Amino acid sequence: MANSEKFVEIRHARKSYGSLEVLKDISLSVDRGEIVAIIGPSGSGKSTLLRAINDLDSLSGGEVWLDGVQINKTLGHREYEKHINAMRQQVGMVFQHFNLFPHMSVRDNVTMAPKLLKGISDKEAEALAIEQLNHVGMLERIDYYPSQLSGGQKQRVAIARALAMKPKVMLFDEATSALDPELVEEVNQVMKMLAEEHMTMVIVTHEMDFAASVCDRVIFMDGGVVVEEGAPEQVFRNPKEERTRAFLRKHLSVHGKG
Amino acid sequence: MDVDLILKVYPHFIKAAWVTVELSVLTILLGLVCGALAAAARLSRFAILRFIGAAYVSVLRGVPALIFLFLLYFGGPQIGIQLSAFEAGVIGLGVNIGAYMAETMRGAIISVDKGQAEAARTLGLSRFQAFRKVILPQAMRLMIRPLGVNINAQIKGTALVAAISVVELTYTAQRYIGSTYKPFEMFLLAGALYLFIITLTGKGIAYLDRKVRLP
Amino acid sequence: MGLDFSVVPDYLDVIFLGALWTIAITVCAGLLSFFGGIFFAVIALYGNAAVRLPFRFFEWLFMGTPLLLQLFLIYFGLVQIGIDLPAFVAGAIGLGLHFAVYNSELIQTAIVSVDKGQMEAARTLGLSRGQALRKVVIPQAVRDVIPPIGNNMIALLKDSALVSVIGVGELTLSSQLAIGRTYRPFEFYAVAAAFYYLINVVMEAVLRRLERKTALSR
Repeated sequence: MANSEKFVEIRHARKSYGSLEVLKDISLSVDRGEIVAIIGPSGSGKSTLLRAINDLDSLSGGEVWLDGVQINKTLGHREYEKHINAMRQQVGMVFQHFNLFPHMSVRDNVTMAPKLLKGISDKEAEALAIEQLNHVGMLERIDYYPSQLSGGQKQRVAIARALAMKPKVMLFDEATSALDPELVEEVNQVMKMLAEEHMTMVIVTHEMDFAASVCDRVIFMDGGVVVEEGAPEQVFRNPKEERTRAFLRKHLSVHGKG
Repeated sequence: MDVDLILKVYPHFIKAAWVTVELSVLTILLGLVCGALAAAARLSRFAILRFIGAAYVSVLRGVPALIFLFLLYFGGPQIGIQLSAFEAGVIGLGVNIGAYMAETMRGAIISVDKGQAEAARTLGLSRFQAFRKVILPQAMRLMIRPLGVNINAQIKGTALVAAISVVELTYTAQRYIGSTYKPFEMFLLAGALYLFIITLTGKGIAYLDRKVRLP
Repeated sequence: MGLDFSVVPDYLDVIFLGALWTIAITVCAGLLSFFGGIFFAVIALYGNAAVRLPFRFFEWLFMGTPLLLQLFLIYFGLVQIGIDLPAFVAGAIGLGLHFAVYNSELIQTAIVSVDKGQMEAARTLGLSRGQALRKVVIPQAVRDVIPPIGNNMIALLKDSALVSVIGVGELTLSSQLAIGRTYRPFEFYAVAAAFYYLINVVMEAVLRRLERKTALSR
């Protein structure tokens, strides 16, 4: 492939709701195995951009590519549905509010999609559930229902559910924002582990410490544009743009860290 | 209170109560089918189906069930629909309660959190797969109780067929009131049977609701 | 036989008069069901056991039996005990009582959910329990139940068709009158349906406006 080193690529992404422009011509790429954090104030368009990667929010203009294949191709309705479902199987996503399926056990949450979409046997599904839940440290809760879990446990199961589809890239949409402070760390640990395994990840987050310690690159968005991007040390310690500095001053001081 | 009279006529009421049960079961089943179809139409991505579904719900809910029943039974022959009173009762009332059930089902479906569909679609499920595996199982649990309210109303609603002379519980009570001039006794007799049917059904629905409740 | 709506205009005055009676009985029964509902709710919540228990039984009986059966009871029952009311009055009472029971359920829930502190605050000011209910608690509860009671009123409109069975000359019965003369049931029931639908639409529009207004005043 011509652009195989650009594993995830967004070209000239634009998105508007009526006259409100939330994404203004954004281009960026993520390499295979790279971990990218997107930070910025709320309303900056960072979640919209993340959700555009698997077309959960459709772009008004621009292209999204994954591993040499365009995700948001122009196709007829039927063909597009088939195409996007196949693409989404390769893109894992973790939501702020977990969105676990409350009517399914932890096991079924993890195995439902692989069984339905990949046609794996019950035996393979059981092995997959055990593997993935063990991975996130949730194996002993395999027979529980989501309502019986803490927020941190829910999010770990949600990560296992996404990983069970063996995605090429994982998207995290403020995965720890809805958690009580004491539960954030267990989810961060799992994400760190994935980083060590060289999973390609795009992480929208409010947690500057986590972004600084785990990510290869930080992208600061504001007002629908990428204001600044670079290595975490550079963006956090030595931001070039005044808007970045203002955001970091406000955000870091809130947490009393610098 | 004329107990002797009650003891004398009650077998006729029991027989009539079976007709009420039969009418209830058939109208409710037909209503569930019509309701599911109309709810699906209202949630379809095709505008024409949405319009048909909305028109069905709006018209049937905007017109008295009795008028719809009369239109079907007395007016039907003019447009080539010949139905017995019982058939007209089942079809008329079933189609009518279906409009109310459609709204109940639609309400349950749209009250399932939007994040559920998103999570399912993110895993690569199609619209239909997401609906079948994720949305519907949750919506079904939510709709049991409100459908129970529709069912309760429909059991009482079967009384309308008395107006087209189907010999069920209310018709029987009316005839005996006319012939015995004992309205209170006849009301209590028929009322007790209605209450029995309704209470039993209510218990069944509560049991079902408990049984499928999530941990 | 086919359809022929050309006979309809000759009877429009009869149908129209019937529609007016439908509106009249809906308004009368609606008012009865509203104030009756408040009265029943207060009895159910605050009455002493000797009043409350028979009332609960009455409520259970009325919620578990068909309206049509209740109309027969009231119409023929009153005659039996020597009270010969015009059909309209019997019909309005039957419809009104039936829906009063349903409204009472709604109002009870609403009264219970009005903050206990409201009652305490009113009693602290020196109001009696009845005064506190009348001036403070019930007005708030009623505001909360306007939307669901409005829906009951719309149901009442449609159920008012049933009083034709005991001889109230409203829309359904006047359609039947025209049908008796012309043998055109489909046409006249369709016209009646259209009238009901129209009244229904107007009532819903009024209710939506009322809902918006009460939503603003909280």
